[in-house]
Amino acid sequence: MDKENDMTAAPLKAVTAPAAPAAPKAARLRSVTARTERPLPGSELLRFLVLKVLPPIFGLALFMGLWALVSMKTPTLPGPILTLEAAIKLFAHPFYQNGPNDQGIGWNILYSLQRVGIGFGIAAAVGIPVGFLIGRFAFLNGMFSPIISLLRPVSPLAWLPIGLLVFKAANPAAIWVIAVSAVWPMILNTAQGVQRVPQDYLNVARVLNLSEWKVFTKILFPSVLPYLLTGVRLSIGVAWLVIVAAEMLTGGVGLGFWVWDEWNNLKVEHIIIAIFVVGIVGLLLEQALVLIAKRFSYE
Amino acid sequence: MTKMVQIENVGMTFDVKKGPAKGKFVALRDINLSIGKGEFVSLIGHSGCGKSTLLNLIAGLTLPTSGVLLCGGREIAGPGPERAVVFQNHSLLPWLTCFDNVFLGVERVFGAKEGKARLKERTQAALAMVGLTHAELKFPGEISGGMKQRVGIARALAMEPKILLLDEPFGALDALTRATLQDELIKVQTQTGATVVMVTHDVDEAVLLSDRIVMMTNGPAATIGEILEVDLPWPRERVQLAHDPKFVACRAALLEFLYQKQIRKAA
Repeated sequence: MDKENDMTAAPLKAVTAPAAPAAPKAARLRSVTARTERPLPGSELLRFLVLKVLPPIFGLALFMGLWALVSMKTPTLPGPILTLEAAIKLFAHPFYQNGPNDQGIGWNILYSLQRVGIGFGIAAAVGIPVGFLIGRFAFLNGMFSPIISLLRPVSPLAWLPIGLLVFKAANPAAIWVIAVSAVWPMILNTAQGVQRVPQDYLNVARVLNLSEWKVFTKILFPSVLPYLLTGVRLSIGVAWLVIVAAEMLTGGVGLGFWVWDEWNNLKVEHIIIAIFVVGIVGLLLEQALVLIAKRFSYE
Repeated sequence: MTKMVQIENVGMTFDVKKGPAKGKFVALRDINLSIGKGEFVSLIGHSGCGKSTLLNLIAGLTLPTSGVLLCGGREIAGPGPERAVVFQNHSLLPWLTCFDNVFLGVERVFGAKEGKARLKERTQAALAMVGLTHAELKFPGEISGGMKQRVGIARALAMEPKILLLDEPFGALDALTRATLQDELIKVQTQTGATVVMVTHDVDEAVLLSDRIVMMTNGPAATIGEILEVDLPWPRERVQLAHDPKFVACRAALLEFLYQKQIRKAA
């Protein structure tokens, strides 16, 4: 039995775990025998450790090592230890307020999230209906597609002067930049989803003679939803990408402004912390949306 | 027998907009057929002979380029719930449970006249008829291909259509599941007395289920080649039929038409 299982297990192992060639034989067998034989708790844990826990730890350690090395050569760049100490101090009081230009990191995150939320909300309110219309009517598609092709590749910050000009204030201009840059993925993905509604489903609607409202709620919307959520995910990603740059230029409270402020104070460790914070919040947003998308994907 | 469907001089020409065969493509020509109330008619022929096109014309999903189709004396101008279609690939909506998939049609047909409780009863009755009461809260992604096709049949039946149109309903299923569903279809048709038009490429299936089998010539410009009356008593039982001389004769007639008179050109 061992011989046979081992032979079938080996190629399977090669596919699932190229990173762990040194795993013990018992762990290899697990992959095949798991469902039929009684579990081996020890090797299960080992397998999990080798495949899921160790690689990220190695990656992070490598990153930290390189960072420490570079910071040793560059005296102005704080190393991991110094940054960690600063972060502990910073996160001890996330919500303090010493006037408009000196507020806790928590406030900065929340303000940035709020801007992204409003900008994204506006983009969704415009982008999703426009996407539906463009997907449904070829005429509108022809009308809008040159505009979209022309404006989509424009760097988000190029919209900032227009925003400042029209709104005559920094905060709405930042939100405007977010909205403009986040709207395209939603329009395009929604439109694509509408165009890809399977003809079979539409035939069902025709045979059942469903009302327009039923067609929308029972067929069009659910079948577009996965595409729409992909659009939302890309949009949020873009919005979060743009927020730092927009806030650097417009000021106020927010992560981008904070980065710029700490650059002026030459507190480089805070800039590094800000980079991590932006990364982590972006990751959390992405994961949350992936979870939502999973809930609404069928088959 | 009262006439349910009349097809008079129907032809169907498609405009081919792309590719080397650009221009007009004549799919069907000179189709004349009338189908009686309660009759079970099969359309059989090689692939590409336009049998599905003919079914879509009866369904009203496409409209003929010449001739006229009547259903119950009225011209067929579009699809409608009195001509329910069971699609080849079941076409259930994956985000609705089996119950809701069937309910969608029931609500549309009877919603104006009947209360919610009665609509639910109808839906449950239809699912019970195809033996799926236990799966009514499952989603299509969670059940087998045969069960999906049964839900498709239940959805069609629940609307109490004048005509049931089946487009190769069991084509994608394995032989054993197919046999079970064929038996169920016989049972359902006996119970409801529905008029059925079924597209198939399975000779045994056609003989087993049909009152008449319409054999179509090869496309392009396909038309009706021969019509075979299947003079076997109902209810039919597949094991006994296998040795029935009449069954064997029908089968032979179909095979002869398909493989001698209408030899499929090498594809």
